[in-house]
Amino acid sequence: MRREVHAEWTKVRTVAGPWWLLGAFVVLTVAAGAVAAAVVPCAAAGCGQDAARISLVGVQLGQAMVALLAVPAICGEYSTGMIHTSLAAMPRRTVALAAKAVVVGGLTLAAGTLAVLGSVLAGRLLLPGSGFVPAHGYPPLSLADGPTLRAAVGSVLYLVLIALLSLGLATAVRDSAAAAGVVLGLLYVFPIAVLMVSSEESRRLLWSISPTNAGLAVQTTVDLADLPISPWGGLGVAAAWAAAALAGGGLLLRLRDA
Amino acid sequence: MTAVTPYRSGLRTGRDGFAQLLRAEWTKIRTVRGWTAGLALVALLIVGLGVLFAAGSHSSCSKGPIEVPCPAPLTGPGGVPVQDRFYFAHQPLAGDGSVTVRVSSMTGQIRKPDVTPGVRNVVPGVTPWAKAGVMIKQSVRQGTAYAALMVTGSHGVHMQYNFTEDLAGRPGGVSAASPRWLRLTRTGDTITGEESADGSHWTTVGTVRPPGLAGKVEIGLFAASPGDLTVTPNVMGGAAVASRFAEVTAVMDQVGVRGVAAGGTWGRDDIGVTMEADGVTPHHPGGLVQSGGTFKVTGVGDIAPSAEGMPVERVLTGVLTGLVAMTAVAVLFVTAEYRRGLIRTTLLASPRRGRVLAAKAVVIAAAAFAAGLVGAAVTVPVGQSILAANGNVLAPVAPLTSLRVIVGTAALLAVAAVFALAVGALFRRSAMAVIAVVVTIIVPYVLAVASILPEEVSRWLLRVTPAAGFAVQQSMPTYAQVTARYAPAEGYFPLPPWAGFAVLCAYAALALALAAHRLRRSDV
Repeated sequence: MRREVHAEWTKVRTVAGPWWLLGAFVVLTVAAGAVAAAVVPCAAAGCGQDAARISLVGVQLGQAMVALLAVPAICGEYSTGMIHTSLAAMPRRTVALAAKAVVVGGLTLAAGTLAVLGSVLAGRLLLPGSGFVPAHGYPPLSLADGPTLRAAVGSVLYLVLIALLSLGLATAVRDSAAAAGVVLGLLYVFPIAVLMVSSEESRRLLWSISPTNAGLAVQTTVDLADLPISPWGGLGVAAAWAAAALAGGGLLLRLRDA
Repeated sequence: MTAVTPYRSGLRTGRDGFAQLLRAEWTKIRTVRGWTAGLALVALLIVGLGVLFAAGSHSSCSKGPIEVPCPAPLTGPGGVPVQDRFYFAHQPLAGDGSVTVRVSSMTGQIRKPDVTPGVRNVVPGVTPWAKAGVMIKQSVRQGTAYAALMVTGSHGVHMQYNFTEDLAGRPGGVSAASPRWLRLTRTGDTITGEESADGSHWTTVGTVRPPGLAGKVEIGLFAASPGDLTVTPNVMGGAAVASRFAEVTAVMDQVGVRGVAAGGTWGRDDIGVTMEADGVTPHHPGGLVQSGGTFKVTGVGDIAPSAEGMPVERVLTGVLTGLVAMTAVAVLFVTAEYRRGLIRTTLLASPRRGRVLAAKAVVIAAAAFAAGLVGAAVTVPVGQSILAANGNVLAPVAPLTSLRVIVGTAALLAVAAVFALAVGALFRRSAMAVIAVVVTIIVPYVLAVASILPEEVSRWLLRVTPAAGFAVQQSMPTYAQVTARYAPAEGYFPLPPWAGFAVLCAYAALALALAAHRLRRSDV
């Protein structure tokens, strides 16, 4: 597996695209979080806002960039024909996919950590200006605080899971436009569809199986009792989606001609 | 010297007009199975998801222990759904006449969110659109035509009639030191509202002819106070909107009524009051305390259009998913040419590159429009009838508005497809183009509508990003004189329908211009 990982790492390392993308991902994620932290007001005590979630709102945007990293990683090989060379050199297809997952996941983990740390820092600096002050019940955002730490670590893991989910789906779909459509549809349209459901019971059910809604439950630090699923349980749902997508993609990769 | 005769092919010169280009592009889209399937999928997603949504939405109202179909919403003279709840002290008026009062005080109380659970937290205060003043109304039945002149909580003097119409007078509130005189005069079918700061110099606020206000009417004093609106974020996304009890008490004196029978007594009606569970005790009653020439009128409720019922665009929930599929097809329509090298053949056959892009844009726009039109035109009537059959209350919609929503949806898909095509031609990479389009059109919409972002940021996003185009689907009007939450999460866009659509068009035009520039300047 080491050689496969090394090969995949070389592929990523030697083109400029992914590095620009990762840079853009970190900047956009931190910027979106900073804007939200600067404009969401908390006028009085009991304003009901979730400070950690506001600072980490950039993850909602950043996950599209993560998909943009993961989808071309596999679909690009199909469109250029590189996949034939790759699979000739690495005949164990599952291992080849696993190596890709390691590289894409590792990159996301590194960039995601940067982005989340930047967002928390931006939140710590900007939130007091919007009224998130101790007098209103909001101590400065700090990773020493248990729920905030859980939200931050969970957000990084969530981004990694989205990368793996995108990779798995892209392996199954193969065409990059269609794969991008499927991944983004799952990430962004599913949550909107959940909002449209009128029955409260089925809405909560759909909410807790949607990868975005359930996965980002890990960012919640207030009103935990109102969530249909526990924060780590929600991340588990996202993990299940990622695992299922990777397993399905791996299976199809083994069964189909390249 | 020998004369050299240049070679001339014996074949006829091929025609290379725009029509030929269109035909070529049309042939491409028609014959690639994945693309036609994609277009069909767009229409199917719109219809399928819309019908699924409608079939899953049930509604019924409980009357005591039994479930009954919900009553049709109260409607005003124009057929718009309205709320009509206020306290009215009135006398019958058969012909011409007028009512004049001096309003010298407006006080009230508002229920705020409980600080200690279970303990009512009522504070003194007047809501911004609390209103009190004089009114001429067709009858004391709810929903009948009226014209009213009023002092409001914090918007000064207003004249309103038939629920939806509103004319602003001078700003400023009332107090014992600076009272306000109000006069409403009926002459034939015309109602004139005048106000004065001293009782002798009068300014006309408005002269109106409210449809439906004729013959014998009721004339008198009224007070009403819409509830206090509080919005709290919901942990699952979205927000909980609560309207809490608020009432207003206005002190009016120097009351002069002309045209009514001499010595007539004041009829008192708490219009639209609901009863407690026991069926006899009124819930939050209004009232009138008369001492000498001074009238203290207390009112609860509002006289205004209401946003009750499901708006027509709710059944078009599948458009978002259809848009993702449409984006993929439109992007592939151009990136596939690069991937397969077909672009070289295309440009060899038609060396004028800008025209090639134009032809592609026309063809993809037409295809997307057709798919969207079929989807929306089927979904709206079918979805509406399923919703109605399930007992849901539908917001009444004018046929032209309904048509605008359907055609606008098709146009939205068409322009978004052109935008996607242009972005595809700009990037020449499918995944990047699809993600760029989704991130600029769908992500801002989702972030704004799902209440993930604060309301002001959401409004701003729906003004400056291509997601502004979704405004074309909004069927519900907004009213400046109504206390309501006109937020994106409730389906209200910051821009008017066609202005929002124009923003999307501008983005598409810009992307197309950039794509044409790149196509001309760089090798393929």
